[in-house]
Amino acid sequence: MPNITKLNNLVKQIRRDIVRMVHANSSGHPGGSLGCTEYLTALYFDVMNHNTDFIMDAKGEDVFFLSNGHISPVFYSVLARCGYFDVAELATFRKLDSRLQGHPTTHEGLEGIRMASGSLGQGLSNAIGAALTKKLNNDDSIVYTLHGDGELQEGQCWEAFMYASGKNVDNLIATIDYNKKQIDGSLDDVLPLGNLTAKLEAFDWLVLEEKEGNNLEAIIKTLNKAKELSGQGKPVAIILHTEMGNGVDYMMGTHKWHGSAPNDEQLLNALSQNPETLGDY
Amino acid sequence: MEMKDTRSGFGAGLTELGRKNPDVVALCADLTGSLKMNDFQDENPERFFQIGIAEANMIGIAAGMTIGGKIPFTGTFANFSTSRVYDQIRQSVAYSGKNVKICASHAGITLGEDGATHQVLEDIGMMKMLPHMVVINTCDYNQTKAATIAIADYIGPVYLRFGRPKVPNFTSSDQKFEIGKALHLKEGNDVTIFATGHLVWEALEAAKTLESEGISAEVINLHTIKPLDNDAILKAVANTKCVVTAEEHMLNGGLGDSIAQLLSRKNPTPIEMVGMDDCFGESGPPMKLMEKYGIDRNAIVDSAKKVITRK
Repeated sequence: MPNITKLNNLVKQIRRDIVRMVHANSSGHPGGSLGCTEYLTALYFDVMNHNTDFIMDAKGEDVFFLSNGHISPVFYSVLARCGYFDVAELATFRKLDSRLQGHPTTHEGLEGIRMASGSLGQGLSNAIGAALTKKLNNDDSIVYTLHGDGELQEGQCWEAFMYASGKNVDNLIATIDYNKKQIDGSLDDVLPLGNLTAKLEAFDWLVLEEKEGNNLEAIIKTLNKAKELSGQGKPVAIILHTEMGNGVDYMMGTHKWHGSAPNDEQLLNALSQNPETLGDY
Repeated sequence: MEMKDTRSGFGAGLTELGRKNPDVVALCADLTGSLKMNDFQDENPERFFQIGIAEANMIGIAAGMTIGGKIPFTGTFANFSTSRVYDQIRQSVAYSGKNVKICASHAGITLGEDGATHQVLEDIGMMKMLPHMVVINTCDYNQTKAATIAIADYIGPVYLRFGRPKVPNFTSSDQKFEIGKALHLKEGNDVTIFATGHLVWEALEAAKTLESEGISAEVINLHTIKPLDNDAILKAVANTKCVVTAEEHMLNGGLGDSIAQLLSRKNPTPIEMVGMDDCFGESGPPMKLMEKYGIDRNAIVDSAKKVITRK
């Protein structure tokens, strides 16, 4: 059983990391990062079998690809809090000579990153490739991905959806961050996805829908269900209903904090809502 | 002279790799027959991945397959290997530093009758602009086979360009391909012709014509456009003091462009360039198209005579 109290403390600390990192540069993407904090915490601190002594080839361990690379603040914070690299390095986010680039990259050798992302729509293809290699290597580990819902407007995603089911890539669990918002506004205003469950089922994926995408216990339960469904011939998708900006009240219920940083006053407000639990970087 | 297509050299090289390197995997976007990948597929069905007509997905999958130690070779037409998937190559392969071999057939105007939609003449430029991307354009069957085998031993992204038509197979069948190493094919003192791909044979034929007219032309095969063999180029130019470049590619961004950059910095030298001059191709027989667009032995001869007068 996961220690939910411990995980909740991590979530609060990671939220602090996110808003502090973005505030320090007056740039970055806090909204989606906060919305996926519980998911990435559940994945890295409970669900995934992974090794923080980073080896690119990841033989015998689960791997994760962040396709929507703009939520790098939450990814960096989770990796650091796991122990992939020192949490002090979070202070270098988006600064000159940093390994913590605006969007994740392997280029700077940051432990925990296996693929650059940022230009959207590519992560599912990358994950399929890693999953195919795991099968060739007789490695029964699982490949996880996370995608923005707006990201699914990229055509390559649907090439990959078609391939994964058509070729029985069943060691793959793709999660869609279904917050229904993107940088220009609501998903429905920009370009509706329609019935996403029906679309993914029509592409012959096994689809799980989790309405409580910011509830740790619910996320863990759904991820474990997805694991149980793996290895049965089909890839598994999780439609994770999340709240953009979750945990910082003034960032919730709007798309405006997708790519905007808080000012000094707003930072203090955000931090007051998420007291320090494990120590700031 | 035996006539063979360079794409068959790729197929033969891939088949050999399949037999000797268990980490080599091959991906194709519904052009297995055109790329001559059938033998690899038949011999290694578990290591062959038919992606369907989805080139962006193919490049992304190839990048992902490197995680765990595989060496992916992707195969499709040059146009769909580059311009269609430039961002996928840029982010998932080049910037991510993945060991992917992008193998591209039907490059250039000699693709022929399918016309300009398929005749990519910008691919060398696109690929050479990507940091750390190796760019190779082979001249015949034997060299393409040797290059295909050689790039599996190089760790890092490679763009390997070859073509559709049957052309003279004039290089050695037991050659060892060395990335970035210029090959001297003919000595000469009056002009140096640097050629790549299908234009290497044309350069040799042009040199014969020039010889018959009393002009001594040196011919160098620059199969690797990046990294460029700067030393070989500067050494040759120091002797002949004028240059013709020849390629089945746009003048913008191609081999000639790379050589002109080098010479303008290190040793400004008169240069004439044979290639496509800022226009699209059209349908037609390959060799007729080369003639019409001035990318053949006659154009090289004319350029050599012209550049010598500029010394």
